[in-house]
Amino acid sequence: MSTETGMDLLRFATAGSVDDGKSTLIGRLLLDSKAIFEDQLESVEKTSKDKGFDYTDLALLTDGLRSEREQGITIDVAYRYFATPRRKFIIADTPGHVQYTRNMVTGASTADLGLVLVDARQGMTEQSRRHAVILSTLRVPHLVLAVNKMDLVDFSEEKFREIEAEFTAFARKLDVPDLTVIPISALQGDNVVSRSEKMDWYEGSSLLHHLEHVYIGSDREMRDVRFPVQYVVRPKSDEFHDYRGYAGQVAGGVMKPGDEVIVLPSGMTSTIEAIDSFDTQLDEAYPPMSVTVRLADDVDVSRGDMIARVNNQPEQTQDLDAMVCWMSPGVLKPRAKLLVKHTTRTVKALVKEIDYRLDVNTLHRDQEADEIGLNELGRVTLRVQQPLMVDLYEQNRVTGSFILIDPASGVTVGAGMVRG
Amino acid sequence: MTVDGNYRLSQLDELEAESIHIFREVAAEFEKPVLMFSGGKDSIVMLRLAEKAFYPAKVPFPVLQVDTGYDFPEVLATRDRWVDRLGVRLHVASVEQAIKDGVVVDDGKTSRNRLQIGTLLNAIEEEGYTAAFGGGRRDEEKARAKERVYSHRDEFGQWDPKNQRPELWSLYNGRIHEGEHMRVFPLSNWTELDIWDYIRREAIDIPSIYYAHQRRVFERGGMLFTESEFNPLRDGETVTERTVRFRTVGDLTLTGCLESDADDLDKIIDEVAASRITERGATRGDDKFSEAAMEDRKKEGYF
Repeated sequence: MSTETGMDLLRFATAGSVDDGKSTLIGRLLLDSKAIFEDQLESVEKTSKDKGFDYTDLALLTDGLRSEREQGITIDVAYRYFATPRRKFIIADTPGHVQYTRNMVTGASTADLGLVLVDARQGMTEQSRRHAVILSTLRVPHLVLAVNKMDLVDFSEEKFREIEAEFTAFARKLDVPDLTVIPISALQGDNVVSRSEKMDWYEGSSLLHHLEHVYIGSDREMRDVRFPVQYVVRPKSDEFHDYRGYAGQVAGGVMKPGDEVIVLPSGMTSTIEAIDSFDTQLDEAYPPMSVTVRLADDVDVSRGDMIARVNNQPEQTQDLDAMVCWMSPGVLKPRAKLLVKHTTRTVKALVKEIDYRLDVNTLHRDQEADEIGLNELGRVTLRVQQPLMVDLYEQNRVTGSFILIDPASGVTVGAGMVRG
Repeated sequence: MTVDGNYRLSQLDELEAESIHIFREVAAEFEKPVLMFSGGKDSIVMLRLAEKAFYPAKVPFPVLQVDTGYDFPEVLATRDRWVDRLGVRLHVASVEQAIKDGVVVDDGKTSRNRLQIGTLLNAIEEEGYTAAFGGGRRDEEKARAKERVYSHRDEFGQWDPKNQRPELWSLYNGRIHEGEHMRVFPLSNWTELDIWDYIRREAIDIPSIYYAHQRRVFERGGMLFTESEFNPLRDGETVTERTVRFRTVGDLTLTGCLESDADDLDKIIDEVAASRITERGATRGDDKFSEAAMEDRKKEGYF
């Protein structure tokens, strides 16, 4: 099997704790797609036995750090890989506890799909609600609710329908564009890889079939051309004496040679002369291609600039209204001085106001809040020193997102999503 | 390029685009990057991606190789071809020299692989490199599965796995203090099979020892090692000639080979796809010692 042609990539995020069967489910997907190797399995079997477990703890496969194995919990985001002949998958496997919300947010930031697990015996819990809230806040376009441990409720349709109805009602409040609910038993394999015979009342596809076929082609923003200039390519060689190309990764829209474009913030206009990809010229470029754009006119363009279409521009602003997840042990307060990294531009920022703190379990907005603590989310207004070219996060996850950096320590302390 | 004509990249193109983005980001934000070159297929794929990222300009950073003194001659030959073709500066940091200079101590028990750590950190410090590209992949090993693309190293060159910076979207935070550096892993999301597919697609020049060939080998600890003056035979070990290939490339005293007839890329890809053992588990003596062997070496400053 080769991964070369025709296969695309689906990134999905899962969150969960020890008890809801998440590790068993991931272990099963990896085992069944042959992404776990014999030596890895042997090592996990041996460790499980040494620890006196009755069964092989597949969580040991993903809990890679010594401190995680010692504490028996997943702390950090682990990335796992598997492929079927149709698709390659990257799983961002994150812990489910509230004190690891920042890790969940991190895993969700790049995900095309979010997988929430609930135990069929318990139905929705605070944790499953929180996962759904985080996935929808991060605008993960597809959501799957896997109702696990169906074997422990005798594969009861009634139980499943009850959970399905409760979750669907909750998801309506979250603006989830695509929700699929699947009854499974990760332990016994029902509806994981193939359809279960024990649940003939269920007419949908198995989890893996859904992951392989969910349509993600239209998820990337294809309408509004956004090209953050990352690096200026100037060979300074005899052969390419006058070459001046603007390298970057297309963040939105379809770019073509001949397009009339504007360079922001300068406002200079020009025409795309060519789009280079290594030694070939392309007819078009779209997300997430990394290309080098040449313009017909000798305009001043540097890193941090944004190329867009003249009649379709992002907003240029020094005032950001954003949903922020705070990721640092300190608190986020008004008047804090930070750095914002947005696309390829890093600027100084001042926290103007905390609008509200969002309770990720209940969706309650605490308007009285005047600070946001570690692992909390809130609506914040920031003033930045130089204009940024932004879109709403719901319209473009690249040009609508930024990270917050503490200027003294250099550490990433928060993540922000631009709101209207 | 498209899948189903839907403005959708194939997964290999998406990985390539992501890696090129990382190379350019580092070149734009760091004063003095360097590419750590092991001679293995992953570091060669990195060179290919760097070549593409900056074309038609030259790769804007040098290549650093830690010479253990136990490198395969075929690997050094491949390195020289690449360096010549790309016109990049090659910086060789020699373990031998580091021992002579007292930078690292050869107590006769510590492997060359481990002595590389001190040699590497010394080279980074001496030259003042602020970012070092490494070919590590997250599918290789559990500790690597949790490492960031931008992996911060303190002024002692050490990695603190419990205190990693969050990494969101494709926004990489390259802020470092004086004396610190960043390890950067552009191949984080590639799997072993992706690497081979890319080598085939791009017709990439890799060391000949990856292909099946005749070699005089001996068995040790369940693995086959090449006959070499650096690897004296122990009691009971005998040399035989077999058809083998290497699945990873490193210090020849530690890197085992497998019996294989895979003498071209199609056969190698079939073999890798069918394999039931990880490449490190199969052929690396250095990862066998403990469950946390890689994590420990990484903390100290390993690649």
